[in-house]
Order: sequence, then C-alpha cells, then structure tokens
Amino acid sequence: MDGIHDMGGMDGFGPIPIERDEPIFHAAWEGRVWALNTALGAIGNWNIDASRYTLEQMDPALYLASSYYQRWLYRTENILVAHDMVSRAEIETPPEQRATVKQGEPLGIEEILEQRRTERSARVDADIPAQFQAGDKIRARNIHPKGHTRIPRYVRGKAGVIDRDHGVFIFPDTHAVFAGQKPQHLYSVCFTAREIWGDEASAVDKVYVDMWDDYLEPGHLEPGHLESGA
Amino acid sequence: MSEHSDHSHLSDSELRVRALESLLTDKGLVDPDALNTIVDTYENQVGPKNGARVVARAWVDPAFKQWLLKDGTAAIDSLGYVSTQGADIVVLENTAQVHNLTVCTLCSCYPWAVLGLPPAWYKSFPYRARAVKDPRGVLAEFGQGIADDVEIRVWDSTAEVRYLVLPERPAGTDGLDEEALSDLVTRNSMIGTDRLDGSVDGRVG
Repeated sequence: MDGIHDMGGMDGFGPIPIERDEPIFHAAWEGRVWALNTALGAIGNWNIDASRYTLEQMDPALYLASSYYQRWLYRTENILVAHDMVSRAEIETPPEQRATVKQGEPLGIEEILEQRRTERSARVDADIPAQFQAGDKIRARNIHPKGHTRIPRYVRGKAGVIDRDHGVFIFPDTHAVFAGQKPQHLYSVCFTAREIWGDEASAVDKVYVDMWDDYLEPGHLEPGHLESGA
Repeated sequence: MSEHSDHSHLSDSELRVRALESLLTDKGLVDPDALNTIVDTYENQVGPKNGARVVARAWVDPAFKQWLLKDGTAAIDSLGYVSTQGADIVVLENTAQVHNLTVCTLCSCYPWAVLGLPPAWYKSFPYRARAVKDPRGVLAEFGQGIADDVEIRVWDSTAEVRYLVLPERPAGTDGLDEEALSDLVTRNSMIGTDRLDGSVDGRVG
C-alpha cells in the first residue's frame, strides 16, 4: 500500500534527532512492549510481514503523531485482536474489572529464544530458478499493490542493475496476508542516485534496494548510467 | 505542573502496556519472567560491542575479512555470537573511494545480532526519509564531510537481509592489538554515519 510508512525521499521532517549517551529504552514500558512483541511473535500465529502490515494500516495522522514504541504498542494490540487472542473489550477494560480465564501455558524463555534462532529466517531452501543474475539490467515495475509490499515508491519505474543474488526468500506481499510464501529470488539492486532523484543528485552516488523477482522486469539503461559496472 | 498530572501525562502508554501485559499474563499467553530476560538481554548483553569485535577481527585477519565480505552470516556465526535474529548479514566494506550507509526507509530493520537495538535517530522519520535522497546532507549532520568524488552507497534494508558496514581502519593504529582496535569502533561507523577519523563520539567501548 502507498502508506505513510513508505518514507524514502520525503521532505519536511527536519534534522536528524541525534542523542548522545542514549539509553536502550527511554522508559521501562518501551522495553515491555518490545519484549511482548518478541514473546508473542514466538507463538507463531503471525509472521514478520503480517506484523509490519498491521502497523502500515495505522491511521497516517496517528502514525506521525506516535513515538516508535507507541506504534509498536498499537501494532501489538491490533494483531492480537485480529487473531482472536484478546478482544478489544478486554484491552479497554481496567485489570481490576475483568475476570480473565487462563487459556494455557506461555512459552518460556528457552522456547522463545530457540524459535527465534531457528525459525525467523526468511530464507527458503527451495530450488527455484532466478529470473536475473548479477550484472543484468532491470527496471523496477511500476506497481502499486493495495496490500503489504516492500517495493518503496521511490524506485518504482526506475532502471537499475542487479548487484547480487541473495538466494531464495519468502515473498512478503503474499506472506503478510497468509496467502503463501511464494518463494523467489531476492536481489540487491543498484540504482544511480541520478536515476532516482534527477540530475541535481551526485553523479557518483548509488542506492541499493533489496528486491524480489516479482518486483522486477528486464530493463535497459540510458548511456552513461552505471558505466563503472558497480 | 503537579507531580500527579505530570505522571498521568507521561504514563498513558505505560498504563496501557501494564494493562496489556497483565491481561496476557492472566491468559497464559506470556510469561513475565521471559519478558524480563528478553529486556535484560538487549539492555545488557547484545549490543554494538559484538559488531566492534567483528570489525577488529577483520582488520587484523585478512582471511577472516575475505570470508566476512563473501559470507557475512557464516563468518559472524564463527565468532560464537548466539544470534537472536535469524537474518542473513551482508558486510559492506568502506574504502578510500567508497562509503556505505545503511537505512530502513519502510520501518526499522537493523542488524540486532551485531549492533543490538537501533538508536532512536535510526528509526526517526528524518533519517528514514532523507538517507536515500540526501545522504551527504545526513552525513554532514553527523559531522562527516564526504569528498564529492567518494561514492556513497546507501543500502535500504527492504528485506530480511541485514547490512553491517566495515569501516576503514584508522591511520596510526598499527601497534594496537585486536582488543584495543575493537575499542576504536563506534556503533555509528558500522551503520555508516561515522568514519573513525579521530572523533570519539559514539564509541562503544
């Protein structure tokens, strides 16, 4: 979806908020949200792509007005409700006013860590042919999926070169809605800064974007682009 | 502002999180002790010191460096860090001619296993918006001027591949051992917003 989260290239946000001697968490609740997200994810009812898609559907004004871990809290609450693990009413009812029935035993720390060590990688061990190889000229497809996607707006329609083939990976667009892994090759694709941002950009700078086969079509470059073969 | 109103203003999110954790604990969906361990792990154990050791090893061991650049995931695993993030890691080498910078424009992807959790600025809207479009302006805000003829490569982490920058070894460090070298490596140098040119800001040691 062409959402507020797709921020690459936007103007108007001001300087980078660099903080010296920054703590890992700025308040204890931030750490709890982060840990809840980790522990709940290990249960396996959803995946990282579905989790990201949940956050992308946040109201854009609220997205911009919320801190990072406030957005994570929103995401955690909403994905729990979407998967019928808690109800909206339960979330909104003060703890002292509800009577909650225990449904089972939670995962312990060892089970959570083991799950994260072994199951989170999106690499798929499947013999699927690559549509492109390093050095091939491509064009990022001009697509605007309504659902979750990882092709940033700023590269759509732009010409680039395959830098390297990472191998076969889960395709996020389908995985996010539990419509299958649709495993395919993932590449790092190199674009010149000028191809994306125009002639006022540096003549030597590049932008590399990780892209799946379904985001790409064969392409050609105007003379002078990527002549170094980077 | 009274203590009470200040507290209630600050703790709206805190109250919501406490209520949610209480609900999930009562339901048997999470174990508070496991949450404690997860927080402790990332506050006190996993952090940029891991990445700094990887960098220092690459500086002193050419064979390791070659392996690291070819297969970052395997080379880093060989150092014995227990990865809590099952993502592939690709290592990008800075040289006199090339400077690498990493970002996640769509969310906040970051190589947790070697750098821990990202700083707030990495997750901020200005950084996500500008790193791909105006990397030289971004680097200038970190005090890093990059010569016009040095190629900046910005890596947008749009997939489950994590990028780690291998900074250039600073001049005048020939006599230092691996441990001392790792103390010179800053977190930001492994993200790409620092060049280890003598500044001590953001050292992980």
